[in-house]
Amino acid sequence: MTADTAVRSQPSMATFSTPPVIASCSSSSSVPPTIEIQGIVRRHGAVTAVDRVSFEVRRGEFFSILGPSGAGKTSVLRMLAGFEDPDDGDVRIDGRSMLGVPPNRRPVNLVFQSYALFPHLTVKDNVAFGLKMRRVPAGQIDEEVRHALAMVKLVGKESRKPGQLSGGEQQRVALARALVNKPAVVLLDEPLAALDQQLRQAMQVELKSIQEQAGLTCVCVTHHQEEAMMMSDRIAVMHQGRMWQVGTPREVYARPCNLFVSRFLGVSNELPGRLGDRVGEDRLFHPTDSDLPPLLLRTEPTEPPGRLATLSLRPEQLRISRDRPADACPLLSGRIDKTLFAGSETKYLIRIGRESLWEARTSGSETPALTPGEHIFLHWASSDGRLFFE
Amino acid sequence: MQTRTTGSGTVSPRESCRSSWLAVPALVWMALFFLVPLGLVFAISFASRGTYGGIVWEFTTANYLDLLHPLYGKILGHSLWYATLTTACCFVLGFPLAYVIARSPARWQPALLLLVMLPFWTNFLVRTYAWMILLRHDGLINNALVSLGLVTDRLELLYTPTAVVIGLVYGYLPFMVLPLYVAVERLDPALVEAAWDLYASRWAVFSRVVVPLTMPGIVGGCVLVFIPSIGSFITPDLLGGARSMMIGNLIQHEYLVARDWPLGSAVSFVLMAVVMAAVALHYRQADRSAGPVDER
Amino acid sequence: MTRKAVGLRAVSLLALLFLYGPILVLVAYSFNAAHLSMAWHGTTLKWYVALIHDEALLAATANSVVIAVVSTIGATVLGGLLAFGMEGMSRSRQQLLEGSLVLPLMIPEVMMGVALMLFFLLLNMPLGLTTVILGHIVFNIPLVTIMIRTRLRKLDPALREAAADLGADAWDTFRYVTFPLLRPAVWGAVLVAFTVSLDDFLVTFFTAGPGATTLPLKVYSMIKSGVTPEINALSALLVAVSMACVALSLHLQRREV
Repeated sequence: MTADTAVRSQPSMATFSTPPVIASCSSSSSVPPTIEIQGIVRRHGAVTAVDRVSFEVRRGEFFSILGPSGAGKTSVLRMLAGFEDPDDGDVRIDGRSMLGVPPNRRPVNLVFQSYALFPHLTVKDNVAFGLKMRRVPAGQIDEEVRHALAMVKLVGKESRKPGQLSGGEQQRVALARALVNKPAVVLLDEPLAALDQQLRQAMQVELKSIQEQAGLTCVCVTHHQEEAMMMSDRIAVMHQGRMWQVGTPREVYARPCNLFVSRFLGVSNELPGRLGDRVGEDRLFHPTDSDLPPLLLRTEPTEPPGRLATLSLRPEQLRISRDRPADACPLLSGRIDKTLFAGSETKYLIRIGRESLWEARTSGSETPALTPGEHIFLHWASSDGRLFFE
Repeated sequence: MQTRTTGSGTVSPRESCRSSWLAVPALVWMALFFLVPLGLVFAISFASRGTYGGIVWEFTTANYLDLLHPLYGKILGHSLWYATLTTACCFVLGFPLAYVIARSPARWQPALLLLVMLPFWTNFLVRTYAWMILLRHDGLINNALVSLGLVTDRLELLYTPTAVVIGLVYGYLPFMVLPLYVAVERLDPALVEAAWDLYASRWAVFSRVVVPLTMPGIVGGCVLVFIPSIGSFITPDLLGGARSMMIGNLIQHEYLVARDWPLGSAVSFVLMAVVMAAVALHYRQADRSAGPVDER
Repeated sequence: MTRKAVGLRAVSLLALLFLYGPILVLVAYSFNAAHLSMAWHGTTLKWYVALIHDEALLAATANSVVIAVVSTIGATVLGGLLAFGMEGMSRSRQQLLEGSLVLPLMIPEVMMGVALMLFFLLLNMPLGLTTVILGHIVFNIPLVTIMIRTRLRKLDPALREAAADLGADAWDTFRYVTFPLLRPAVWGAVLVAFTVSLDDFLVTFFTAGPGATTLPLKVYSMIKSGVTPEINALSALLVAVSMACVALSLHLQRREV
C-alpha cells in the first residue's frame, strides 16, 4: 500500500524513452551459452505478446524473467519449452536451433505453475515418467529416481499419490520430476506462487541450494521481485512484451534503466523537475513544484540544461532528521503524513511539497517514532539519486 | 497468465488435424441414422397418404392444414397444459428439495443428490406402472382414503388427467432438482443473509434475491422438465384415459393405428417446433446469464 | 430463518417420499401372496418363480442383453472416438458439434422412434434386433461423447503439456496420461449407455420387429393386458438391476483417482 501510494502520487510516465536493452553476456569464458534467444517475436492475434526479445543464459546460471502479469514472460518460457513457436527470431539451446522441435524432443524440462503432477501416478511414477518415456532401463530409473527424491528430501513418500501431499511436497515432486532427466535447462513457471508466505520463503532458500548443488541451469518466470532478487544470478525485467533490462539483482535494483524498472523492483520516491546549470562536479535540479528548492545532484555531464527529468530515490537511501543538518547537500523538508510501525523497521510516508508522497524508513527502536504532522528534513548522498530523462 | 489464453491449442497443429479424423465414424453414423431419418419425416410431412396407408410423393401442405381441426387442436392444447402444469408442480416440489440439499453439509450433498437421481435410473415403464398400483380403483390410495373415512365412494383416479400429471411429475422431478441444485449451490449464502440484514421479508428474500440469482437454474430445470413432458408417450398411454391423449400418443396413433404417415409426420414436426422453442429459450437464458454467474 | 428451514425440509421430505413411495410399494407387493387384491395375504416368492418359467420372458431378457451389450460397445467406440476427435477441432466447430449432440437427447423419443422406423421401412430393412441396435447406438453416442468430454474438459491441459515436456509423444501421452485419467468417465459412460439401452422403450417399440421383443416391450404388453403380481416381481427385478448398475458405476468412479 505504501509503495503504491508513493508511486501513484507521481505524474505518470506512460512511455519509456529508453530503448530495450539487448543483453549481452560479458563473456570472459569460452563456454558457449546454454540458451541463446535471438529477437523472438510472438503475436496472439493483434496483440504482440513478445516483442523482439533477446538474451543469453550461461551454464549453471539461475536466470529470472521478472515482470507483471501480461508482460509476456510466460510466452517466452513456453517458447523455450516448445509449447509455442516464435513468429520471428530464434531459440537456441546448446547451440542448436529449437525451431519446430516439439516439446518432447527438447532438452529442457518445465516445472509448471500448477505443478501438473499426474494425479493417477504415485510420486515415484511421476518422477520416473520422463526416464520411462526415454526408455531408460528399469534398474537405472530406480536409481535416478531415488537420487532425485533424496535431493528434494522426499524419501519415504514414494508411493503416495499427489493428492495426498502438501503444497510444498507437490512442489518438490514437480522439481524432482524435472531435474531427474538432467535437462540442459530447468524452466520454472512461477514456481512458488501457489505456496503460502512462510513456506515460500523456506522454499526459496531450498530451491536455490538444490540448484547450486546440482549445478542446474534455471530459467525462472516470476512476478515477485523479492523472490527473483534473492534467487537469481541475473534478472531480466519484462513489460508489455519487451525486455527492458538484464543484469545482476544488484545492478537492476541500484541502476534501473527506466522508471518502470525502478518502480517494479522496489519503492521509487520520485520528483519531477528540470536539469539546471553545472556547479562543480554536480548539477542543479529544479523541481517542477515551485515550492521546493533546487537540489544539487551528481549526474552524467552530457545532458544539456533544461531537459525534463524525474529524480528517483530508494527509501533506504533517505535519511530523516528532525533538525536541519549542517552541511547535507541534497536536502528537502517535508511533513510526516503517516507512521507505519512494521516491527524491525518503521516506515514513514512523508509529504514533500504539494504533490509528492515519499517513503522513508528507520530501523527498529533506534529513534523515537516521529508523529504525523511533524516537520522533518530528508537528505541523501548526492550520488545516490537516479535521474530518468523523458 | 498467458497460459490460459493460449492453452493447449498451440501444441501442434499437425497432430490436431490428424486427431479430428477420429470424429468421422460417429458423425457419419449420426448423419445416416439421425439426420437422414429426420429429414425423411420432414419430407413425408409434405406428402400425401396413399389409399392403403403408403406414401404418395406429391407436395402438399394439407397435413399441416388438417392439424387446424379442433380435434387435433384440443390434443395439442391439453398437451401444452399438462406439460406446463407438470413443470409448475416440479418447481414447487423441487425448489425446496434443491435448496435443502445445496445448504446441507458438503459431505452429505453427493449422497442426497444420488437419492434424488436414483429413481431416475430405474425403468420408466416400471415407475409409471407403480402409480397404476397406487391409483387403481382398488389401489392403495383409495384403500387409505376409505379406511380413514375421508371419502365414502372410491375415487376414479387412474385414467384421468390428474393421473397423467402425477406420473409426469414423478418421472421428471429429478430433471428439475439437478439444475436448481447447481444454481443454489453457487448462490453465496451471505447474499441471503445480507438481504435479511437489510430488512427484507422472507418473501422478499425469495423473490428479490434468490429467484433472480438462481434464474439460470430455474429456466434450465423448467425446460428440462417441459421437453420430455410435452413429448411423453408412456405416461398418458398407461395412466391417461382416451380423453387425456397427448401429442406423443397422437403420433403413435397416426403411424401404427391409422397408418397415416404424412399426418403423423406433420404432428411430429409441430411437436419438434414446440420442443425447439423451449430449447431456444433455455439457450438464450444461458447466454444472457453465463457471464456474471461464471465469474465466481 | 429456522421456521423457513423447517418448512423447506418438510416439503423436501414430502418430495423424497413421493419419489420413493411408489417404488417401495411396488417392491413390497411383489412379495404379496394375494393374486388380485391389494390386501396382504402373506409373503411369497412364487411370482419370482413364475418369471423363471416364462419362456417368452427369458427370450425377451436375452434380446435385451444382446441389444444392450452390442449397442453399448458400438456407442462407446464411436462416441469415444468422437470425443477425442473433437479435441483437435477449432473452438467454434467444437461448440457447434456440442450443440448438435444435444439434439438427439432433446428431441421427443416418439419422434426418433418413428423417424428410424420410416427410414428402415423405406430402405426395406426388416425390423428386428439389428434395427433396434442401430437405433440404440444413435441415442447412446451423444451420451458417451458428452460424458467423456465433460471429463476431458476438466483435465488440466498442463498435464498433457507436462507429458510432452517429459518426452512423451502423442501416443504415449494418450496411453499413460490421458486415458488413465479418463478411465472412470469411460466406465461411467459404458454403464449409463448400458442402462439406458436396457431400459429403452420407445425407440425399441418402433424399430423392433415381431422377433425382437425386449424386456421393456414385454413389460408393456403385460401391463396392457392387465395388472398381475408377476409384473410386480419383474418390475422389482428391473429396479434391482438398475440399482446395481448405479452402484457399480459409483464404485468404479470412487476407486479411480
